[in-house]
Amino acid sequence: MTDNLRAPLAFAFMGILLAIVGFTQSWSVSLSIINLCLISSIMAIGVNLQWGYGGLFNAGVMGFTALGGLTAVLVSYDPVYEAWDKAGIGILISAIILISSITLVMFAYRNISSPQFRNTSIVLIIIAALIGINNFYGPSIDVIESINPAKTGFLGGLGLPIVFSWVIAAFVAGLVAWVIGRITLRLRSDYLAIATLGISEIVIAIVKHEDWLSRGVKNVSGLDRPVPYEIELQQSEWFINLVERINYATLNSVQTISSRQELLNDLIIVSSGVFVKLCYLGLFLSVLLLIFYLSHLALNSPWGRMLRAIRDNEVAASAMGKNIFAQHLQIFIIGSAIIGIAGAMLTTLDGQFTPGSYRPLRFTFIIWLMVIVGGSGNNLGSIFGGFFVWFIWIEAEPLSIGFMNLLASGFEYDNPIRIHLLGSAAHLRLFIMGLLLLLALRFMPRGVIPERIQKK
Amino acid sequence: MDNFELVNALVLISNFVLIPALSYGSQLALATLSLTIIYGVLRFSNFAQADWMSFGTMTTILFTWYLQSLGITGGFLPTALIALPFAIILTALFCLLIDRSVYSFYRKKKSQPIVLMIVSVGVMFILQAIVRFIIGPNDRKFFDGEKYIVHALEFKDYFGLSEGLTIKSTQLITLIVAIIAMVSLFYFLQRTKMGKSMRAYSNNEDLALLSGINPERVVLITWVIASALITTAGVLYGLDKSFKPFTYFNLLLPMFAAAIVGGIGSPIGAVIGGYVIAFSEITLTYAYKKFFIYLLPENLEPSGLVQVLSTDYKFAISFIILVIVLIVRPTGIVKGKII
Repeated sequence: MTDNLRAPLAFAFMGILLAIVGFTQSWSVSLSIINLCLISSIMAIGVNLQWGYGGLFNAGVMGFTALGGLTAVLVSYDPVYEAWDKAGIGILISAIILISSITLVMFAYRNISSPQFRNTSIVLIIIAALIGINNFYGPSIDVIESINPAKTGFLGGLGLPIVFSWVIAAFVAGLVAWVIGRITLRLRSDYLAIATLGISEIVIAIVKHEDWLSRGVKNVSGLDRPVPYEIELQQSEWFINLVERINYATLNSVQTISSRQELLNDLIIVSSGVFVKLCYLGLFLSVLLLIFYLSHLALNSPWGRMLRAIRDNEVAASAMGKNIFAQHLQIFIIGSAIIGIAGAMLTTLDGQFTPGSYRPLRFTFIIWLMVIVGGSGNNLGSIFGGFFVWFIWIEAEPLSIGFMNLLASGFEYDNPIRIHLLGSAAHLRLFIMGLLLLLALRFMPRGVIPERIQKK
Repeated sequence: MDNFELVNALVLISNFVLIPALSYGSQLALATLSLTIIYGVLRFSNFAQADWMSFGTMTTILFTWYLQSLGITGGFLPTALIALPFAIILTALFCLLIDRSVYSFYRKKKSQPIVLMIVSVGVMFILQAIVRFIIGPNDRKFFDGEKYIVHALEFKDYFGLSEGLTIKSTQLITLIVAIIAMVSLFYFLQRTKMGKSMRAYSNNEDLALLSGINPERVVLITWVIASALITTAGVLYGLDKSFKPFTYFNLLLPMFAAAIVGGIGSPIGAVIGGYVIAFSEITLTYAYKKFFIYLLPENLEPSGLVQVLSTDYKFAISFIILVIVLIVRPTGIVKGKII
């Protein structure tokens, strides 16, 4: 019985925490936390599918998040026609050389039986490809990056609405996951974690340094938004009327007309921010619910039962005629696609793409923490974990500053120890995260909302 | 004149490729040895390794400062070398504390390696927080003593070459300390009773227990040795370059790559892997333009930089090698454990 009560209790607790933030800090802060919580929950569901249901340890979460973000840029940004005209052909030729040389190497590796001949031909193909790419690629990227470098300096995107990128990101991340999965999924547990971590670092390195593709560390800002801008709202008739109607009582209590107008203006500015965040919330919540519903359906089907059977005993499942590798590949692709969607949503929310911000700590280990704290093998748990851990991650900073102030209160104002304590408050956040992970693993290894064991 | 060109080219390559790669490789090899020993004996991939390295280096720096404040210095050698033994003891004690409070619980429960790996991520967070809390996230240089053994300008004047050769004292110290550490480690593992029992425990836990090996003792010695190795590696790296927690954290993946390339769980493999990763990182990102200008006749001189990969991808190289090894030979160069 208590197990059935856990989920509602956990979410009620989360609601109270967010309400406290709303009352003590502001509703705007509370809403921005909720929006990131929703995105985190989607990532956590993706990781949970892989780890909780598939038993695969994907440490490359940040790579797929970055791919999602890149897709958002490439779909929504307007194409830079000048760059395409001058150097698009060079990039296309390089891409063709790259793809064909990889195909040739694969072909040589599989079909040439004499090892000596095989190795020499592979080396020759690689050298030829390097020379060919060097001839086209270097000059083209120089041209692209020299075109209006302060604003563009890259090829741009397709100029479509950014919401499309959420769907496309799923396919991009899924495709890359297919490649990575083919390489790494035959390995077992910790090898897989290290390999995926390494590959995602390669993805990040590419996104960071290939300026012609993503502007690299120069960032892409001013992305298209799926929701109205605050400034537009503040000027539109219907919105002003709406704010007036909601705050009718407050406004009427003000005596003079001029101060009433002032108050109304303030209210309009605040509520336009809240309204935009509510729009995002609606979008993100519907994506989350859709993904949750679909994965719920999938995991309660025979397919889901087979996955759990493979996770719990690979040998037995394999003896029953299940193709372990194919199933692992499937779940790896699906989970990564979901992470890719979340990555695109994150970039949409930020309105900018910052390759330098994809760090393993923030985008891999924190997501694991969400899944483990929430309860691996339970999507509801992952959603809770996403909310709870993100909330702690955000609120850890003010809390640790408060804690440090308390510690330092005994010292003189300019005491070096006091200054050091206050300056290092930010690092307590890492400590809290580590402690949370260790405590969860030790005392609640099944998580807050554990997996349901179904018995007939 | 042609002979001089050849000598110049060789000096150029040793100055920018061979010597830096040799010293970075030695540092990486020591760190990887520590990782691989933990993997071999305790059977999990320790993600806290890089931050453990920062912790060891941090304690060394603190001891160095303390010694310097007492007026004790190493003369022409860096003071950190005197501080190193004290720091190793402190780091090992701290490690044993973590083992008792965190890892031993899962070891007794015989948890899966993956669970221990996740636990080590938690430890990683905590170590990172402690290091940043105590010494801060900034760059620290703690090198003192004689800086150069061979200086580029003097070398040029002495031999009348147009290329200079620089050998920093830290590079020589790295090489000497690394060789001492490796030789004593291999002697310990192969010749002493304790080392043999460690290898036995790593090879087959149940059989080792049956033959009366005390597992707690093996675990203890393993942590101590691994602490000594990782602290030494961290201090050598810090002396050579500088100490910064984030840079140290970034060494985690090259360490794993080196361990897997060499064959995880195999000490010899760790050494080979360390050098393979270091040499490929440096040889693949070095621009050979000047080298070819010396060697080739004028009409054949290259116009580009003659660089296989841009230096932006220096870190990615270790992962690329890792991926290739995983595809072609997942057990590594020296056949390690298959995981």
